[in-house]
Amino acid sequence: MLREDLGLTGSKRGCDLGTCGCCTVLLDGVPTLSCLTLAKLAEGREITTIEGIAPPGGLHPVQKAFVEKGATQCGFCTPGFIMTAVAFLRDHPSPTREEISRAVSGNLCRCTGYVKILDAIEAASRAMAREGASSA
Amino acid sequence: MTPAASGEAPAVPHRLIGARVPLVDASLKVTGRAEYTDDLRRPNLLVGRILKSVHPHARIRKIDVTEARKVPGVAAVLTGDRYPRTFGVLPMTHDETALAVDRVRYIGEGVVAVAAVDEETCERAFARIRVEYEPLPVYDDPKVSRNPVAVKIHERALRDTNLQKEVFQHFGDLPGAWRAAAHSVRVSARYAGVTHAFTEPHAVLAEYSPDGRLTVWSATQVPHYLHRALSEVLDLPMHRIRVIKPEVGGGFGGKSDPFPHEIACAALAMETGRPVKIVFDRDDVFYTNHGRHPTWNTVGIAADALGRFTALDVEALLDGGAWSSFGTVTTYYNGVLAMGPYQFPNFRYHGARAYTNHPPSGAMRAHGGTNIRYSVEVAVDMLAEEMGWDPTELRLRNFLPPHSTTVNEFRITSNSVRQCLLAARERSGWREKFRALPYGQGIGIACGFYISGSNSPIHFTPKFPQCTVHLKVDMDGGVTVHCGAADIGQGSKTILAQVVGEVLGIPLDRIRIAAVDSDTAPIDIGSYSSRVTFMMGNAAKRAAEDLRRQLVQAASDLTGYARESLECGGDRIYVRHRPQVGVSFLEAVHRAMEHTGALHASGSYESAPMGGTFKGARAGTAPAYSFSAYAAEVEVDVETGFVRVRKVWAGFDCGRPLNPQSVEGQIEGSIHMGLGQLLSESLNYRGPRLMNPSLLDYKIVMPQDMPEVECLLVGEDDPEGPFGAKEAGEGPLIPVLPAVGNALYDALGVRFLDLPITPDKVLRALEEKERREGRLSKPAPPAVMPVPAGGTDHAPR
Repeated sequence: MLREDLGLTGSKRGCDLGTCGCCTVLLDGVPTLSCLTLAKLAEGREITTIEGIAPPGGLHPVQKAFVEKGATQCGFCTPGFIMTAVAFLRDHPSPTREEISRAVSGNLCRCTGYVKILDAIEAASRAMAREGASSA
Repeated sequence: MTPAASGEAPAVPHRLIGARVPLVDASLKVTGRAEYTDDLRRPNLLVGRILKSVHPHARIRKIDVTEARKVPGVAAVLTGDRYPRTFGVLPMTHDETALAVDRVRYIGEGVVAVAAVDEETCERAFARIRVEYEPLPVYDDPKVSRNPVAVKIHERALRDTNLQKEVFQHFGDLPGAWRAAAHSVRVSARYAGVTHAFTEPHAVLAEYSPDGRLTVWSATQVPHYLHRALSEVLDLPMHRIRVIKPEVGGGFGGKSDPFPHEIACAALAMETGRPVKIVFDRDDVFYTNHGRHPTWNTVGIAADALGRFTALDVEALLDGGAWSSFGTVTTYYNGVLAMGPYQFPNFRYHGARAYTNHPPSGAMRAHGGTNIRYSVEVAVDMLAEEMGWDPTELRLRNFLPPHSTTVNEFRITSNSVRQCLLAARERSGWREKFRALPYGQGIGIACGFYISGSNSPIHFTPKFPQCTVHLKVDMDGGVTVHCGAADIGQGSKTILAQVVGEVLGIPLDRIRIAAVDSDTAPIDIGSYSSRVTFMMGNAAKRAAEDLRRQLVQAASDLTGYARESLECGGDRIYVRHRPQVGVSFLEAVHRAMEHTGALHASGSYESAPMGGTFKGARAGTAPAYSFSAYAAEVEVDVETGFVRVRKVWAGFDCGRPLNPQSVEGQIEGSIHMGLGQLLSESLNYRGPRLMNPSLLDYKIVMPQDMPEVECLLVGEDDPEGPFGAKEAGEGPLIPVLPAVGNALYDALGVRFLDLPITPDKVLRALEEKERREGRLSKPAPPAVMPVPAGGTDHAPR
């Protein structure tokens, strides 16, 4: 429904089984595999996709870090990782590397070996902490 | 090679080359705006689906599609007899068809293609298709296929067997060298089939317009070979076919053949006059496979009393599955890539690839160089142990020197394998750890090398360059780069932009990459054999130098300074010794355009002739080779058999890294893929049936299982690479498997020669060792340990 009817093609279809995490969206803020979620179950609830986390023309700090740290190669898994990371950093503003790798363990990437993805999420957490401190 | 394209020192320091430049399309990818084939929409679009064979080997007696055609919403039903012409990636082994003709050869082979208004309608049509099969003998074991068989899977199989290809090579006097050897070792190992497991399933969209033109969008690594195959099978001239490669969600060799579903989709579009899209489910991806061959190999190495290698003896048997694909190349590679990075004066190889009724094997990252390298590097380790040497010392004694020739006439140019090994040894703390860590922990080391672009294009007549790049500059001052090179996530668009920007001295935002659209892009033969940075990079550099000549002339006209005194940089063209005097890039463009309109420039790359004159001499020749040496530290839970790789020190020689961040990404991703093959990935067959066609049951490495990786980029500039660069896309995978395999021996005293090394195999091996030896213990340390700090200096022979 997201991809075909609403034209929100940022969420990807990779495995049909809920194993790859490429289709991750936020359902009322919680990372959710859209390929296993019937539209009916989302009725009346808020869905956030990769298209909805940054203002037009801008990038979310997680997206910015993914660009700068080289955390995207083919890019197919990237929206799913970013959605998982956005929700995770909202709830865990200063995580350890182990916590990050556990948080994204539901997402598969075949290009990067995850190293630069973890680097990017770490960098994003630092950038968000700085941003939070300066705006407080 | 013209002097301008060689790795000469630039007149000004590099600005974009060697910088950690983010991918030029990264902002599209992180926002979900990058368009992959399945994201594309066309008006009046039909869905295409392919009905697959449930038989591993059977004659098709009859296909009845009459009832399927009557299902409301079905637009076309296509069977194999409509387009029976064979195709395949290699011109000499065409044995595939768009849909099965008369016979099916594996479970999952396409039999009927349907285009309909939606997926459900396709399924309803499938339910009304009647196919009568007559089962044939099933061949699921290459050891059977290599002998005389009752039924040949393909008529072109050799003699009365099901062998697709056999290779015999012998250089020097192997039996003589073996008899004279002071030390020798032989290793036999087996390797399960593994597959690419890219995240984007195959997808293709085709449209046939009333002017008789066909447009095909596809997730492919080889738009040009797809273009050729479409033309041949559909009998349409290439100029009436347009191939567009959108973003591709990973390939690793798995999208480097022209595929039946691509041709079937185009045929459905021609049949219906409407756009048709086929997107694979994940199990379709597994059945399509074309992954690394299940392999059985044996490696013998002999050495003299001084520790110099004297002979290499290799045998390999490959399960090719139902089709040839790249198999002829694979068969050669499994032998000829066994030798480097060492010097062997005597070499013998017998390789064979068998047709079976498994899904086809093909090319996968570090194609043909991975399985054989594991056996060679384990054999080197065993030889070192037999001789009482430290394995790093034995390797240092035997490296090929730079600028040398192998016994099978490979031309070696730049080669920093020594530096790779010394760096990995020093950074890993080898001397303190080897044979000295507690039981269950270990360190291992292994080397590798790989082609930096196959020297032979697959189609070598007529003789075209392997890559051409066109540049176009208009009055807006933007530089559009037209190139057929397929960016599949490895970052070739970024390399193109860096090279052009470097030569012209302009920022990246002036550069637009228009790739890949066959209507506008000149030919690049594809993203395989780690050829793109080297070949496309050289072509782009030459095109940019051509454009620079035009712009420097214009700047000379404007400033009155001689061309030789002018420099490009900072978006300007200025006088070298008076940098404040100059013109802006845009002023130079406008001056150069007077009376001509838009500016154009072209550059191409064609590799030099090389290799011997014997049969198969071209296989494995390349204009350069990458080299590597990795150290890996492991920890094994002896209760569960679970292997944890703690850290990998990756010494890699890719010449000059044009973009170190991208090179690290390739190394880290390669380590991920290599560890998967070593520890968990396996295509599990029960007879001919694939038992685990899903990402749930085919286990790739998860984030929490990745080791720490330290990249040690120690290469020197290659004389022919663009700005001195060589490949970094495939070579980085090779050494991680044997480095960890050797580390497991150091940890447990067990040689693992049956991949993947799953926990159950570890436990079984430990139980057996304990039963045999009465206890579990580490191997004894060698008598010859490396000299600390600074290393040794064995002069190359």
